[in-house]
Amino acid sequence: MKLPVQKTAHIYGWLFLLPAAVLMVAFTHYPVVAGIFASFYSTPKAGRLQRFVGLENYSSMIADPVFLQVLENNFIYALGVIPLSVTLALFMALLVNKKLPGRSIVRAAYFTPTILPMIAVANIWLFFYTPQIGLLDQIGSLFGMTSHTWLGDTQTALGCMMVLAIWKDAGFFMIFFLAALQAIPPELEEAALIEGAGRFYYFRRITLPLLMPTMLFVLVNATINSFKLVDHIFILTKGGPDNASSLLLYYIYEVAFGFWDTAYASTLTVVLLVILSLLAITQFTYIEKKVHYQ
Amino acid sequence: MKKRLFKTFLFLVVVLTLVCMSMVTQAATVTLNMYYPVAVGGPITKTIDGMIAEFERENPDIKVNAVYAGNYDDTRVKALAALKANQPVQLSVLFSIDVFELMEQDAIVPFDEIATSPDDKKWIAGFYPSLMENSHAKGKTWGIPFQRSTIVMYYNKDAFREAGLDPEKPPATWAEMAAVAGKLTKKDASGNVTRWGVQIPSTGYPYWMFQALSMQNGEVLMNESGNKTYFDKPAVIEALQYWRDLAVKHKVMPEGTTDWGTLRQKFLEGATAMMWHTTGNLTAVRQDAKFNFGVSMLPAGKRRGSPTGGGNFYIFKKATPEERKASLKFIKFMTSPELTARWSIATGYVATRPDAYETATLKKYVAEFPAAAVARDQFKYATAEFSTYENARVKKFLDDALQNVLTGGKSAGDALKSAQDQAERILRNYR
Repeated sequence: MKLPVQKTAHIYGWLFLLPAAVLMVAFTHYPVVAGIFASFYSTPKAGRLQRFVGLENYSSMIADPVFLQVLENNFIYALGVIPLSVTLALFMALLVNKKLPGRSIVRAAYFTPTILPMIAVANIWLFFYTPQIGLLDQIGSLFGMTSHTWLGDTQTALGCMMVLAIWKDAGFFMIFFLAALQAIPPELEEAALIEGAGRFYYFRRITLPLLMPTMLFVLVNATINSFKLVDHIFILTKGGPDNASSLLLYYIYEVAFGFWDTAYASTLTVVLLVILSLLAITQFTYIEKKVHYQ
Repeated sequence: MKKRLFKTFLFLVVVLTLVCMSMVTQAATVTLNMYYPVAVGGPITKTIDGMIAEFERENPDIKVNAVYAGNYDDTRVKALAALKANQPVQLSVLFSIDVFELMEQDAIVPFDEIATSPDDKKWIAGFYPSLMENSHAKGKTWGIPFQRSTIVMYYNKDAFREAGLDPEKPPATWAEMAAVAGKLTKKDASGNVTRWGVQIPSTGYPYWMFQALSMQNGEVLMNESGNKTYFDKPAVIEALQYWRDLAVKHKVMPEGTTDWGTLRQKFLEGATAMMWHTTGNLTAVRQDAKFNFGVSMLPAGKRRGSPTGGGNFYIFKKATPEERKASLKFIKFMTSPELTARWSIATGYVATRPDAYETATLKKYVAEFPAAAVARDQFKYATAEFSTYENARVKKFLDDALQNVLTGGKSAGDALKSAQDQAERILRNYR
């Protein structure tokens, strides 16, 4: 028996997709669905079996002050880190895209924070932030500033996390902007200059629009990062003092593996999932309209 | 055709023999996987590896893989996750206070079931009773003390001299400590503090430090069955107020929280004249201090007091009978008087057994370095470390309340009352 060409092509296509699809289902889709299910059940303990509790996990979540605080923290964190790190990255990319002496050294320097593992970076910054003997206080004391317990103050702990995240992310995003800038044909700049366009005008009307696809990519990444990257919290504050620097994902970790309350952790995960999907949908539908692909 | 069949048969025989042989060799050597935490400074991992190598030399049929797994919380998480994933972990050094949690997860087996010979029983009876308090639950013994400590006060004798204080007379009461710390706090011309009087760490294990304070004020924080807490007793609230007052009223401690991990470094650099810390740091401080330092018991409020702390050996239920026996052998080796003595010298952790202090090694060490005996002498004032059902969660209520007050949030009374309410909601299920 011989199958028509069309059909064999289909079968081949599906066969090629199969390995990836199996992995996706096993490690992404199944856990998501299982997590949603688990959020409607209680946590099984020795002597107490798992039972259906409906929306009980969700109602106790809304009444949980720690949850509300980490949610607020996470939004402040995202609103601080995303715009600042992306702007800084763009600025750095424009700078090292120019012909300046020692350009490759500057580029490497900007990129270094990205190469270092987050845990190593956090350990370095832990000693930057240490009161009295830390770098920050040493520099501050030169200018007559008083010593401050940066990580031990509810007012500054989250800010310290944000500075670290911006410092680490900016170099990474810079690489994307730099690549995009290199792809812009130099004729455009020459033509614009001949036409009498100013530097800023050229940047606003030509460079920026051409960078928009990259910008979308970077923004999506920055958003995801601000919700999923919590490694530094383990080293710097463990979420303290009094949850001031805790983020949603770190709280999920605490609930799941510290308290072994898997049902409540699933509930929190569902919330994280919803937030990330909403953000992704907004970004792709709203911002994409403004993006001009070549 | 026949030839081919014969070949296949031969092949099968060879494979089967190989399988059998590998099974036999496996039965001859038992492999034990152990997770362990490091919560203090110094080359702890090297010391542990050395002790294990010695054990393996004496017992060639047992192999021990020790996996360093972070601090106490990290290690519990990793060990339980490994067990749930059916990874082979037979024993572990875990927080002494995780005992209720581990029981409830049905993860550990009591030593009464494994250590059954009279010799074993004598060995278990040989530990300091105050260190065994955290091991007992439901009438059984679940943990064997290993890296155990109490909180002691380290103080900089040179700073004492500089401030005109007697370096051989560390403060013995709360009032004295506040007064002495005031004299030790040093400011530069522009009014910045260059050296604090005293620091009590409040990240990592804030509840532990607070247990000392509240016990000194005559109150414990939980009952023995681990199903009731006493956070809102007046004496407990008063103890937290004293802690906060050191920063705002006496101004001898920085405001905000003090990091557990970097405090030792600050003491070594002279940024604080006194610190409360675990005895587990003693050897690291001794090696790195460029000044004369002293170690004393914690000062008394209404009485002296410190919780014990640190890690116990546990054996997991999933271990086979053979592995359990091998684990017991290993634990007995690690807690033998001679090794206990050496472990105590290498780290500063207290020796867990009186007979270890009778060994020549430790006798000599204590004679030339009396600070090494301070933690042991403090045992008579010691209480069990904070341990309840759903320990991690209940502990977090207390930790959050403490940090809230220390960073200038709520009043001590309000914060502790709400922590008590939260703890009550969970623990009433266990009565």
